[in-house]
Amino acid sequence: MNKDLTKKFSSGHATCAGCGIPAIVRTVLGATDEPVIVSNATGCLEVTTTIYPATSWKVPYIHSVFGNAAATAAGIDAAQKALEKSGKLKKKAKIVAFGGDGGTYDIGLQALSGALERGHDFLYVCYDNEGYMNTGGQRSGATPYGANTETAPVGSQSFGKTQQRKDLMEIVKAHGIKYLAQANVAYLPDLKRKAQKALNTPGPSFLLVLQPCTQIWKFPTSEYVAVGKLATETNFWPLYEIEDGKYIINNIAKEPKPIEEFLKTQGRFKHLFKDANKDVIAKIQNDVNVSWEKLQKKV
Amino acid sequence: MEKITKNKTNVKALTGGYAVAEAWRQIEPDVMAVYPITPQTTIIETYAKMKADGKVATEIVQVESEHSAMSATIGASAAGARAVTASSSQGILYMAETLPVVSGLGLPIVMSVSSRALSAPLNIHGEHGDVMAVRDLGWVQIFAEQVQDAYDDTIIALKLAEEINAPVMPIMDGFHTSHTTERIEILDDEVVKKFVGERKVQQSLTDFENPTTFGTLALQNTFFEFKLDQEKVMQKAKIAYKKICGEFFKISGRKYSLFEAYQLEDATSVIVIMGATAGTAKDAIDKLRLKGKKVGLLSVKLFRPFPYGEIGKALSHISKIAVLDRAISFGAFPPLYQDIVSSVYHSHSRKPDLVSYIYGLGGRDTMQKDIEKVFQDLAEGEISSKIKYLT
Ligand SMILES: Cc1ncc(C[n+]2csc(CCOP(=O)(O)OP(=O)(O)O)c2C)c(N)n1
Ligand code: SF4
Ligand SMILES: [Mg+2]
Repeated sequence: MNKDLTKKFSSGHATCAGCGIPAIVRTVLGATDEPVIVSNATGCLEVTTTIYPATSWKVPYIHSVFGNAAATAAGIDAAQKALEKSGKLKKKAKIVAFGGDGGTYDIGLQALSGALERGHDFLYVCYDNEGYMNTGGQRSGATPYGANTETAPVGSQSFGKTQQRKDLMEIVKAHGIKYLAQANVAYLPDLKRKAQKALNTPGPSFLLVLQPCTQIWKFPTSEYVAVGKLATETNFWPLYEIEDGKYIINNIAKEPKPIEEFLKTQGRFKHLFKDANKDVIAKIQNDVNVSWEKLQKKV
Repeated sequence: MEKITKNKTNVKALTGGYAVAEAWRQIEPDVMAVYPITPQTTIIETYAKMKADGKVATEIVQVESEHSAMSATIGASAAGARAVTASSSQGILYMAETLPVVSGLGLPIVMSVSSRALSAPLNIHGEHGDVMAVRDLGWVQIFAEQVQDAYDDTIIALKLAEEINAPVMPIMDGFHTSHTTERIEILDDEVVKKFVGERKVQQSLTDFENPTTFGTLALQNTFFEFKLDQEKVMQKAKIAYKKICGEFFKISGRKYSLFEAYQLEDATSVIVIMGATAGTAKDAIDKLRLKGKKVGLLSVKLFRPFPYGEIGKALSHISKIAVLDRAISFGAFPPLYQDIVSSVYHSHSRKPDLVSYIYGLGGRDTMQKDIEKVFQDLAEGEISSKIKYLT
């Protein structure tokens, strides 16, 4: 593997073959030449990279618990400020917190909100695979409507998850932070550009990155980029930024693909293609259209 | 605690909360994460005002919960800072998930505690239920009897934590100590600063040349050894505590040790207790001694690690022992009683009479007459395996 790519995060780790998480981590950390400190929530990224006595991290790294990646980062920020003031630290590092969707939308939301509100100098990256994957694929606040999960399973009386996913971008935006963006592991140059912007933003910044999960979304291990691209090409996962409150959409396709193109690639939506669930797909398509229109109006 | 050297300029009338804040002002940690809960609030409010008045440079992180208070303290400490916090009751349980992380990572964090009852029903008053609920998580726990101890314990706790690389919880009884004004002696700022010195950081997130991974995943083949290493640190803590108390005596003239023995030498009936109510018990003992009763007290100072051997030895000549717990263990004997039973089991050749009392829950007053009643029970052979309640 290219030496530069593994400078901060080594090629030795235990993610599933075809997992997009390492590419996200390398791209974000590769977006700066300054020292970096990583704070990480419990989840797939953490358990696959820190199995004692090995570690995949070549930069200072801390994992504490599931819901406190942002609060831990806040403490690191306070420490750096104090140590710099007292002359014990010459150069402050960039602080990057990584959390899964469970660790961000759900159990870590309060800690994230507090850290954003207090204005700590850090970048929070949520790698969003739309479920609690480390524990085997249970639903989270990020799991989309209609998906089959271990805790919202399909059955004779159920088509999977019956609720919408949270709009985390709007929740984070409401804190008035200077820069946040939605990205996708299938578009690494776009992710890199956004990470650079985020890391150069003083105070808190935020990236929400789609990370198709081969294991739980159920698609072949070679396909995460293709599946990710379809998420954006169908407008299920638009790429956009919010800079100083202004929206910039990065991917206006002339003709968005129908949502079925995305859904049909994954086992978690297989049941939706049965006749009985036609209306579920229709609703998902309608929701995508409405969200897209709303987003365009914000620009 | 023995004699206080009288130095007029440094004698002040302070509440426990203020006294702890005063110790923190002198230590001036790099980072303090704060979240309010009665009766801990006086510590963090006093400290916030000190910062507002320019008396300390500490980075204060006003977090949104106790879970984040300890999480931020963990992040700061791992980054090489001297980082502290304070809490009580629900706050301690709210952050409970992170407490074994602190000890597991070997971070020298100090958390000042004003102990308080746990809900439900809601009650903001003094009790040891909160600190007992987290007693087995790898934190050193030190109990204060009065405001002077609360001040001194803070300084000792910080030095201890950084010497052994383990977290320490100095504990005072909520309200009873945290909100009561007493005359105490404050050390000179320079004396405190010199005593605690600078934190010697072994591994840090801000050492970019030698990147460390904090908080790994340990599987069946390595986890057990991590825990055994922690147990070794706890054993070291006892020795280090005694040593630091000796050093503290040199700068203050105040003597602390694993426990305080009061009128114990020739006693036949003894109360074992912890925290503020030891003071009431001493007054009761003084009164009973005037009447010729051979009564005494053992007040436990270092509760974790528990000094089983030393306490067992100190009690080895006592035939009647009442253990007074300010906490309830539903469906079991309360914590201090259990530890005293373990202590005397290994030190007594003949089984002493042991009895468990629970007192002071939710701030219920414990008066001298209650203590006298306990001694009367012991004298009259009112001793059984049934827990008694001083309601
Ligand atoms: C307090 C707590 N509750 C539950 C868990 C169990 N748990 C560990 S990882 C995880 C799911 C993580 O999901 P997510 O944040 O989306 O990350 P992913 O595994 O998908 O990478 C859960 C539920 C835990 N470690 N701690
Ligand atoms: S379960 Fe999914 S997210 Fe987790 S390592 Fe495997 S592919 Fe990656
Ligand atoms: Mg997830």
